[in-house]
Amino acid sequence: MLIRTIFSGFGGQGVLSMGFTLANAAMFEGKYVTYLPSYGVEVRGGTANCTVVVSDEEIASPVASEPDFVVAMNQPSFARFQSILQSGGLLCANSSIVDTSGARRDIEVLNIPTSELAEKLGTIKVANMIMLGAFLRASDIISFDFVIKHLSEILGEGKSKLIKMNKEALDLGFNYVNE
Amino acid sequence: MRKLMSGNAALGEAAVLAGCTCYFGYPITPQNELTEHMAKRIPETGGVFIQSESEVAAINMVLGASVAGARAMTSSSSPGISLKQEGISYLAADELPAVIVNMMRGGPGMGNISPSQSDYLQATRGGGHGDYKTIVLAPSSVQELADLVPLAFDLADEYRNPVIILGDGMLGQMMEPVSFDNIKPNRDYPKDYILTGAKGRPSRMIRSLLFDTKEEEEHNWKLFRKYQRMEQNEVRYETFLLDDAEMVIIAYGIAARIAKGAIKRLRQENLKVGMIRPITVWPFPMKVIQEAAQQVNDFFVFEMSTGQLIEDVKLALNGKGHIHFYGRPGGVIPTPVELSRIVSRHCYQSHRRKK
Amino acid sequence: MKPVYTRPKSLKEAHFHYCPGCGHGIINRLIAEIVDEMGLRDTIICVAPAGCGMLLYNYFDIDTLESAHGRGAAVATGIKRARPENLVFSYQGDGDLAAIGTAEGFHAANRGEPITVIFVNNGVYGMTGGQMAPTTLHRQVTTTTPLGRDSNLAGHPVKVCEVFALLDGTSYLERVAVNKPSAIIKAKKAIVKAFNHQLNRTGFSLVEILSPCPTNWKMSPVESCKWIDDVMSKQFPLGITKEATCL
Repeated sequence: MLIRTIFSGFGGQGVLSMGFTLANAAMFEGKYVTYLPSYGVEVRGGTANCTVVVSDEEIASPVASEPDFVVAMNQPSFARFQSILQSGGLLCANSSIVDTSGARRDIEVLNIPTSELAEKLGTIKVANMIMLGAFLRASDIISFDFVIKHLSEILGEGKSKLIKMNKEALDLGFNYVNE
Repeated sequence: MRKLMSGNAALGEAAVLAGCTCYFGYPITPQNELTEHMAKRIPETGGVFIQSESEVAAINMVLGASVAGARAMTSSSSPGISLKQEGISYLAADELPAVIVNMMRGGPGMGNISPSQSDYLQATRGGGHGDYKTIVLAPSSVQELADLVPLAFDLADEYRNPVIILGDGMLGQMMEPVSFDNIKPNRDYPKDYILTGAKGRPSRMIRSLLFDTKEEEEHNWKLFRKYQRMEQNEVRYETFLLDDAEMVIIAYGIAARIAKGAIKRLRQENLKVGMIRPITVWPFPMKVIQEAAQQVNDFFVFEMSTGQLIEDVKLALNGKGHIHFYGRPGGVIPTPVELSRIVSRHCYQSHRRKK
Repeated sequence: MKPVYTRPKSLKEAHFHYCPGCGHGIINRLIAEIVDEMGLRDTIICVAPAGCGMLLYNYFDIDTLESAHGRGAAVATGIKRARPENLVFSYQGDGDLAAIGTAEGFHAANRGEPITVIFVNNGVYGMTGGQMAPTTLHRQVTTTTPLGRDSNLAGHPVKVCEVFALLDGTSYLERVAVNKPSAIIKAKKAIVKAFNHQLNRTGFSLVEILSPCPTNWKMSPVESCKWIDDVMSKQFPLGITKEATCL
């Protein structure tokens, strides 16, 4: 089992923390994992992205030239990363601001209206966790129940105040896809 | 207890746990997370952190801290390491321990901030002026980086010589699970050469200026004998599927990791490819390559440069066998798929050549 | 229709990629306007630094060399000595000039090299992610002074203009800012003056420009501009530090 995912969006959408949360959870589940954030001069005010590779065995390369999954939180990310998604791969798009009508025909596209869903919880700041919940349901990379059960470890110390909010966000995203 | 950490941060944490009490560094991408980690952690342990005015100043601060008996470290990336060469030559000449970290990036000149392996020759050939060598450790995972840091400090103290940790921008910035449970408290090395004030003992004069050519010559041979001991005792390497290999890839660091991924694919095609991965690129694992050359004819050198490691492989093989090469400089990270296709073509060419 | 505002000819047709609120964009533009207005494109040579300032390679349409970090003043010296009839300037950040480039800057100034240094002071290392600079203020938080700059451990903010004024080779040193229109107008005048000093070979000239870095100061662009007025210029007073008479 070797699964490569790219999370992308603009700086401030919580793209890196989505990837880090997944990576951390996979580590706790006992998997091999690498997390590679994209830095670079262009990142200032531009797109941010990270690559998460989860595997049962030692991982050769933390880079995904042809990822299995892409999570695109904004339009430029959708355009950029859908082109390298593997044939038959899955793309989760933040449909609140991403128009996926131009998507490739040989991939699966899941539209998650994270902003509208976030309104239900009263803050846009959880949009990324909603997307992560949806992504976990759709991709099945790691057990969603495991993530929920170990949420405080996965999110780290200092985030305990936000645990409840994050759990609700993850559930919201998960259930959106479940229907 | 495992934690998801970047190579840079893990390096810093391992250094602190290995007893590094002095860190001097200057910002340069892609190793800033290490400098920033030390800025936070070292003061917590009562040690010394200075963001120096330049890489030249930093290596000289290391020299000072080392001669005063401290476990000192500095880090930089390619252009900054060039600046440190004079200081490293002085450390070697004065026989002082130190750890220098190079997270390689694209070059030459300003280059770019992407990972590369183009400082191999600089690291393994002394790098600065004069006849000297430094042990060079080349990790290929975040965990190995954390494991090699305490070893670097120990070897530096044991041989009274600077030790280089040769990483790259990818290793520095990627995050992997890492554990520091194996780091033991550092043992006491004799410090009968450091400067503390000549209380109750004859004074010590540490210098590398030796006008008398007989003295200078003897000093050089003394260092040479020390490096011979390192060559005998400190070679480290890893082999992967070497036993039945018909083509042996030689690669280190991040390239070795990519090569492993390529080898797994090639084995699925029934191509018998194996690997020798130097962990010390100096002293270079000559013997294991020479032994392999008794059974294997085809060696494939893979590095993220235009060809530096290949020189050591040529020296080791000394004309035996056939050396294939694939290099990608400039901060480009080749994929396992790319490498496996190229190696596979070379495998078929070799088969045809034999027939 | 008469155009009242256009891109200077000395700026390439490229979209500035500096962070929102960054001062480099303004300074790049001022220099380009001056090159146009003084007709300098045929003679001016720029030495670019390491740091956010290096991005000027995307924007300036004049002869430019990128030097190693901190060596700009020495490189500019080489160019000017080989081609005295050209106008040579070095564009340097606070790390470039006041940290790693102190020896080169100090000695070019001391020799009275008729070059101009445009010294962009934003109190922090921008490109590498917000580490302390020599000009970082007391108690200012940066990624390498997470608890605030402690002068006992990390030194004091360096006043470059005042220090260079002690060197006999310097002929014109002024500190300006680009945080509001009136300041920008003064900044442009200062750069023009500096170039004139070079053309008249009176000695070494330097314009220090207080410039906002909202990304690494963790403030909004508006707050950053205000901070320059309220805090930064108290440590680094604006005005002419030294001016020899132009021959």
